[in-house]
Amino acid sequence: MNSFTYTRATTLETAVQDKASAELAKFIAGGTNLTDLMKVNVEGPNHLIDIRQLALKDITDNADGGLRLGALATNADTAYHEQVAKRYPLLAKAILAGASAQLRNMATNGGNILQRTRCYYFYDTATACNKREPGSGCAALSGFNRIHAILGASEHCIAVHPSDMAIALAALEANVNVTGQQGNRTIPFSDFHRLPGDAPHLDNTLQPDEIITSIDLPAKGFAQHHAYLKLRDRESYAFALVSVAAGLEMDGDTITEARIALGGVAHKPWRNREAEDLLTGKSATEENFKLAAAEIMREAKGYEHNSFKIELGKRAIMRALEQAVKMSNKPDSHFHRTSTEPV
Amino acid sequence: MQNQAAFEISALQPALPPQQAVTLKVNGQEKTIKLAPWVSLLDALREYLQLTGTKKGCDHGQCGACTVLVNGKRINSCLTLAIMEEGNEIITIEGLAKGDELHPLQTAFIEHDAYQCGYCTPGQICSAVGLLAEGKAKTTADIKELMSGNICRCGAYTNIVSAIEEVIQKGGQAHE
Repeated sequence: MNSFTYTRATTLETAVQDKASAELAKFIAGGTNLTDLMKVNVEGPNHLIDIRQLALKDITDNADGGLRLGALATNADTAYHEQVAKRYPLLAKAILAGASAQLRNMATNGGNILQRTRCYYFYDTATACNKREPGSGCAALSGFNRIHAILGASEHCIAVHPSDMAIALAALEANVNVTGQQGNRTIPFSDFHRLPGDAPHLDNTLQPDEIITSIDLPAKGFAQHHAYLKLRDRESYAFALVSVAAGLEMDGDTITEARIALGGVAHKPWRNREAEDLLTGKSATEENFKLAAAEIMREAKGYEHNSFKIELGKRAIMRALEQAVKMSNKPDSHFHRTSTEPV
Repeated sequence: MQNQAAFEISALQPALPPQQAVTLKVNGQEKTIKLAPWVSLLDALREYLQLTGTKKGCDHGQCGACTVLVNGKRINSCLTLAIMEEGNEIITIEGLAKGDELHPLQTAFIEHDAYQCGYCTPGQICSAVGLLAEGKAKTTADIKELMSGNICRCGAYTNIVSAIEEVIQKGGQAHE
């Protein structure tokens, strides 16, 4: 770890000023990702601003019927919060599918969506990585790329975003509230993370002087019909190979609104509005789910070790949609499967 | 020659982070130590406070051997800086027993033979203390899921789960 100085911020204003006055300064809260990256010399801040004393821990109702998640509320406190569990069970399930109990006790909501990729080559300073060192190349392209992206990647980077929470937030169309020297602004979740393009060192659209203050959940929580399906190499405490956050609004057998966000497949939570529109007004049938899954994976591109994710992704989408429909307590659910085997 | 060596060392000093006095409250006792901001809570416990019960496994938050309780919640002490924990209540494996009376989980781990080499045990027990306090584990499957942040390379998982299960069945979080 390189040398750095440490201060505790007592107000949001001083935190923002302090950060802007030191070019290599970083905010630290849970520290679960930053501390680790500092140990392996991927991150090297010369100044750490501890923001855990700031009053950004609350989870409160919004006037529009939604819920505001404080940026410094821990992942555990968020997932187990009565209102989150009741109105946004998709988010609670996604959070609890990630990391371990210890890490969820430390990690904050703001930090969760700012966490960096777990691409092996990003972590290994002996290899080329455009995200870590712009212009150095991408060792993953021709390397061991089993965990890497199949959608929205570029010739400069095929890393994936590791967060489970972010996948649910994408499906829920959350908004990220930030503040900086230019004042406050709200970033729609779909615009928060970015695709790598030719600048993979930029994970998101947060500016260097900005800090996340809260995340707003819209009123619609898909509590009746949702699923978070996470497929990984071991049953717990592993990153997703493919994950699917699905939320449906149903009128009887008819889907009136569909949200599908994918994790483990791209540089950002992946959504495809065309595929979601394909399901709107349609019956919840395996055939329709198959069409949506095919649309989502239409432009998917596999590399040497991760082509399996394309078929896995299609099946995961279908299974998540099926699970979302079946949450209904209606005994005469019109979704029938002919086999009890996993999809 | 001695002066020369001293000069060379002092010339290197600016490259090292300045040490700061940090007061940590561990197992009910406040201790002030001088350390650099980069010292993890884990290293502060082991190297500065000689509380070596907390173990360093991976040092990257992947194994759980370093689990301690901060303000009653289980965390990975390798992923937080000691300086960040000033003012917080830290409990380590050394702080669980009351004199000669072991914590019920410590007793249960012995009775169930819930370890082989023992290296992961302090982290397993501190993690289980946190799990009991959280009160979310209702089934054996819940225990397994909520203990997944603690790796046991000897594979004593079956007995670890049995030990925790027994303490939950006997009424959970006594002894706090």
